[in-house]
Amino acid sequence: MISLAGRDILHSWGKFVLTGFGLGLLIGVTLTMAGVYRGMVDDAKVLLTNSGADLWVVQKDTQGPYAESSSIKDDVYRQILGLSGVAQAANVTYLTMQVRNASRGGREERTMVVGFEPGQPGEPGYLMAGRRLVRSHYEAIADIGTGARLGDRLTIRRHEYEVVGLTRRMVSSGGDPMVFIPLKDAQEAQFLKDNDAVIADRARTAANPALNRPSVPGLLEAINASQSSNRNVNAVLVRVADGIAAESVARDIRRWKHLEAFTRAQMEDILIAKLIATAAKQIGMFLAILVIVSAAIVAFIIYTMTLGKIREIAVLKLIGTRNRTIASMILQQAMGLGLIGFVVGKIAATVWAPAFPKFVLLEPADAISGFMIVMVVCALASTLAIRAALKVDPAEAIGG
Amino acid sequence: MTATTDTGIHIAGLSKRYGAGDTAVDALKDVNMSVTPGEVIGLVGPSGSGKTTLLKCLGAVIEPTRGQMTLGGEVIYDQGWKIPDLRTLRRDRIGFVFQAPYLIPFLDVTDNVALLPMLAGRPNGESRARALELLQALDVAHRARAQVSELSGGEQQRVSIARALANQPPVILADEPTAPLDSERALAVMRILNQMARQYQTAIIVVTHDEKIIPTFKRIYHIRDGRTVEEAGEGREIE
Ligand SMILES: Nc1ncnc2c1ncn2[C@@H]1O[C@H](COP(=O)(O)OP(=O)(O)O)[C@@H](O)[C@H]1O
Ligand SMILES: [Mg+2]
Repeated sequence: MISLAGRDILHSWGKFVLTGFGLGLLIGVTLTMAGVYRGMVDDAKVLLTNSGADLWVVQKDTQGPYAESSSIKDDVYRQILGLSGVAQAANVTYLTMQVRNASRGGREERTMVVGFEPGQPGEPGYLMAGRRLVRSHYEAIADIGTGARLGDRLTIRRHEYEVVGLTRRMVSSGGDPMVFIPLKDAQEAQFLKDNDAVIADRARTAANPALNRPSVPGLLEAINASQSSNRNVNAVLVRVADGIAAESVARDIRRWKHLEAFTRAQMEDILIAKLIATAAKQIGMFLAILVIVSAAIVAFIIYTMTLGKIREIAVLKLIGTRNRTIASMILQQAMGLGLIGFVVGKIAATVWAPAFPKFVLLEPADAISGFMIVMVVCALASTLAIRAALKVDPAEAIGG
Repeated sequence: MTATTDTGIHIAGLSKRYGAGDTAVDALKDVNMSVTPGEVIGLVGPSGSGKTTLLKCLGAVIEPTRGQMTLGGEVIYDQGWKIPDLRTLRRDRIGFVFQAPYLIPFLDVTDNVALLPMLAGRPNGESRARALELLQALDVAHRARAQVSELSGGEQQRVSIARALANQPPVILADEPTAPLDSERALAVMRILNQMARQYQTAIIVVTHDEKIIPTFKRIYHIRDGRTVEEAGEGREIE
């Protein structure tokens, strides 16, 4: 026996490839949407891995520093260092802002500016070019996602920073590329007031008799100094000693220090289950619609193709073709269409994924389940056409 | 209503009523007909006389209301189907030729013919050999590997006759096979049918109201209002 479906596909090859191509682009979009979600999850994991921390210590009752804002004093880390089981503890700041690149025609890029201390958790691990920070001010390590190159000059708030090192795939949970600068600079950038505001604040303080007491020399200066400097950071990254369970250290921190501490697993939960949950639902909705649209298209195409062959189907039935053979012919055509569509879609997604501004992660496992869904959808979509074909009366082949 | 051990096709007292009650139509009324192997008979009658209904009963796609049908010595209908599987009956023991060729457009010429033995479970090679043999007999072997759409109308009709013969059925039912053809081509088709009937010892029933070919039949059944009358034809030889 020959494959009727195969012969029909070969015979109307052009039509099949063309419709398969159209379907394929749709499948490509679907795979890409799944890839966008995977990319978001992966970005979150990369963010956590790159920070090099076992614990994130943040302000009490917050889920910072990525999902919510958190502010703690910058001397807290010393108390944490004193706890048993803590190997390293370091301050970090995170601030999402527009950074101007003076060397690239003043182009502005949305970035996450990270303040860190060299040699401590929070420092970027691997540089793809350049060197680590050696001066304590006005040097930056930028992710290539910012478009910056070595030697570029970035403007962050009022200061210029020279790019001395480059990283790759260092992005915030929102997908913004990172710029790393010294902690002190970052603290200043985060809380720095402009000159007018500083002058106004000083005038306000001087006008307040409670703060400006000529009988207490030096008080006004001390108050002014404390108002214009920033003693806050967003989080303390902790690395626990070998063989110590991060959770037990986290428990100590929560109990004794009136701070919140998250382990890696808890951070993943915050980032993936909470922070990107809405985005994931959005994508899920999109995927559901795309699956329905694809199904409708396949059903429509196969149904139309089948209606165009009613006469032939009547003849095939009259000369003794089994219903099963006819049904499997239509089913195979639908699956063939799905196969062409899937191949086109997979290629399309692979080709266009790198062009997306945020990371798109095409997981082979997603491709496999995508393929199965395509096949199931095509099989279901063909039932309409199969029903129509099975209803054809072989008597119709004999003229009336 | 006598069962016969003769080969060929025999119909006795066949009736067909469509619908029931006030709207019932008696399309066939007590039809009798016999066709022996190798014979080509004409079934002639005006529109609405019951020709197609008779063909559909013989072709086992509609069920008669009453009567008896015998095919190749076996009773296939006697107040009910006597064959459990009408699909294989049609496949193996009845050939169909239609007004238009109705070939399968996505199969090439050979496979259009070979499809029947294949459906009957014969191996592909054997089926194609059989198809080629028939295409040769019908003078279209040179188009064996062509696509259906590349063939002329006459060639397509010959391929469809080859398909009808493919499983060596004892009977071929031809439904107005010459209707769309001019006189010369219509006669050519009749010559082929006569030749095939003799060569393969097949009984062929040709439904027609085509005046051009009526003189070619040796025997004609006239059908009017569902009743048949048998009459001798001219049986003119076709050049
Ligand atoms: N499916 C049907 N239901 C009801 N009446 C039918 C049906 N098919 C045919 N008839 C009637 O049966 C009669 C014979 O029809 P038909 O066999 O098609 O005649 P012919 O082929 O000679 O034109 C006509 O009166 C026709 O209207
Ligand atoms: Mg008719």
